Amino acid sequence: MRRAEPLLALAAAAAMVVAALAAPWLKFVLTIALAKGMAALGIMLLLRAGQVSFGHALYVSFGAYTVAFLAPTLRDSLLLLPVAAAMATALGLVVGLFVSRYRQIFFGMLNLALSMVFFSLLEKLYHITHGTDGIRVALPTMLGQALERTSFEWAIFGVALALALLFGWFARAYLDAPMGQALAGIKTRETRLEFMGVPARHVLLSAYVLSALMAGCGGAIIAMTTRHVTPLLAYWTASGELVFIAILGGAGGVIGPFLGAVTYELVRVYAAAILAEAWQAILGTVLLLVILFAPGGLWGMLAALFRRRRAA
Amino acid sequence: MAEFPSLTRRAALLGAAASGSLLMAGSGAEAQPQRPSELKIGITTFLSGPASVFGVPGRQAADMLIEEINREGGIGGVPLRAFYVDEAPGTDHLVGEYRRLVQSEGVHVMFASISSGSCLACTPLSDELRKTTVLWDCGTQRIFEEARHPFAFRTQGYGTPEILAPLLYLLQHRPDFRTLAVINQDYAWGRDSWELWKTAMDALKPGVRVVAELFPRFNSTDFSTEITRMLALRPDVILSTSWGGELVTLIRQASERRLFERSLFVLPVAEASLPQLGRTMPAGQIIGARGDHWINHPEPRDPQALRRFVEGYRQRTNEWPIYPCHHMAQAMWALRAAYKRAIEAKGGGWPNDQELAQAFRGLEFPTPTATITIREDGQGLEDQIVGLSSHGDRFPYAVPEKMILYPAANVSTPVGQKSTDWLRTLKPEMVQQAGRPLGAG
Repeated sequence: MRRAEPLLALAAAAAMVVAALAAPWLKFVLTIALAKGMAALGIMLLLRAGQVSFGHALYVSFGAYTVAFLAPTLRDSLLLLPVAAAMATALGLVVGLFVSRYRQIFFGMLNLALSMVFFSLLEKLYHITHGTDGIRVALPTMLGQALERTSFEWAIFGVALALALLFGWFARAYLDAPMGQALAGIKTRETRLEFMGVPARHVLLSAYVLSALMAGCGGAIIAMTTRHVTPLLAYWTASGELVFIAILGGAGGVIGPFLGAVTYELVRVYAAAILAEAWQAILGTVLLLVILFAPGGLWGMLAALFRRRRAA
Repeated sequence: MAEFPSLTRRAALLGAAASGSLLMAGSGAEAQPQRPSELKIGITTFLSGPASVFGVPGRQAADMLIEEINREGGIGGVPLRAFYVDEAPGTDHLVGEYRRLVQSEGVHVMFASISSGSCLACTPLSDELRKTTVLWDCGTQRIFEEARHPFAFRTQGYGTPEILAPLLYLLQHRPDFRTLAVINQDYAWGRDSWELWKTAMDALKPGVRVVAELFPRFNSTDFSTEITRMLALRPDVILSTSWGGELVTLIRQASERRLFERSLFVLPVAEASLPQLGRTMPAGQIIGARGDHWINHPEPRDPQALRRFVEGYRQRTNEWPIYPCHHMAQAMWALRAAYKRAIEAKGGGWPNDQELAQAFRGLEFPTPTATITIREDGQGLEDQIVGLSSHGDRFPYAVPEKMILYPAANVSTPVGQKSTDWLRTLKPEMVQQAGRPLGAG
């Protein structure tokens, strides 16, 4: 299964392009799914260390608001994206220095608290952020070209897809490397890591900063796709959504979070289309079923299916 | 290679979903559209969360009106069908659903949003997708003052007249007040409405001392701190633009602690909370309804139509209709009037998106209480009625008396100006001239 991952990722990417070609509205949903998948990939890195962050919406919204604030001056999406990523990474480093001292529930709650502080700031600093009304993001250019809407949507979809593949590839290499392997050490027994001369805090910090980078990129793409940012992006439910996606997809492989994000968005869209007032119930049922019957997530299910075939 | 079957299955699933939706997108609105078999309306409203106190009545009113219009043969002979979207999950979901409804379901018109944030996200989309969008309930003045939206129309009033009218009423009813406190929800509407009020008050009655600006957390359930503070400060007037369950809680807690005996309350969005408050609502407070559609309107344009609407809604839901029901109805009636106009202009042909939007501009359509005109910038002109809360035998809850009607043109910002700039230019003479007392009571 591991060897097949790159092939599988490329095939899934091709399937997404086909789906986006076939139905124009799906392109938007899939772009959002890819962006959330990136953020969930970061969550997954932390899950490998046994740490659940209930506050990664902080980096998503930070990336998104960076784009919203800088869009009038920087204008180009390929400038905005790295700037938002850099800002989110810097914030991740500052916050990470602090939260990487903590584990388990303390880690989760501190992240939650900080993201809610940012949420409150977005709401309270009304004259800067427009409060809950949010900020409109004007159509950015792409490589200096002013594109019309449809071509821009394709461009940003392409950027999201490329970035998702890049992050997936990088996370895979990272998890194979000693730094990534040490994450599992934090989960099982941290003191052993220290005895081996590996500083556990640095291991967790590096994963944390990476996750902030990924979430920041996801946020920037969300801002350039929906083109309207509101403080709801930083609310705890948004963080919960990312954890939900990571669990739904499964922490076993780097495709898992993207699989989870695409499934999540499609289930939500179709649930909302079929039963506008009960979509939450449908989504909740799906998660319950996954937790009860497939604790390894969708990716775990696929992997088990594959193993059974090979054994047969 | 054994993983490919599972992959192609997934791709097939996506493909199937995609082609299915393409099939569904039958009647696109291109240059010369055929008369469709049904007129599809996409409606975004709160179906969950605190704002569902507005969203669910809005939806019920829409269902009722669609049935009624379909019984009468639909619009231009075409029956209506609604697609609902929940606003609660946030902008990315809403914007995605808007696209899905337009691009995949092929809706002919969108009714967007209770939340101002949702409206601000949807209107630029209406420009891009060139889809007529009726802003059926949101109140932010930013929509038409900050940009032009050729496909967006608001079929009701908005923040500026809804705040200015209660202020004018206060200045007439209690001209000698000297101190004022504000207690608003801490989010965009709470802040925006206070800015509008303060700007207008400084122009119309300079020198009022604002003794407290309280912005309790959005969705608070306990106002004891704020009430204690106001009991101590004894302001002559307390303004609150809060709504829904929060306003009910605030009024209950304030009346338990007898704050109403010391200060006069001004509640511009009170109407929707009054049925729930029942007899708890103290009499003699200034109440507004975000429009002129009070259930006891003394001289409505068409009393029978108003009674029919109220009775129909009561029979259907066993509840009293509140302003979101009326706003939804205004959107439906505007749609009917606009299609009629567009079909006439085309000599009986079915209008495309551009022609439908043209029909909305400058449209005049009747409501049970008055006539609403849509200005050239897309903003609807809805009269405002403000009064004092009172209890009678006809209704089991507070309704206004001593009503004053403020014609929309007198209290709305002129086209092309920003509300705060315009409010600054108001003159104190306006207080006597802007409104007209209604009825005998």
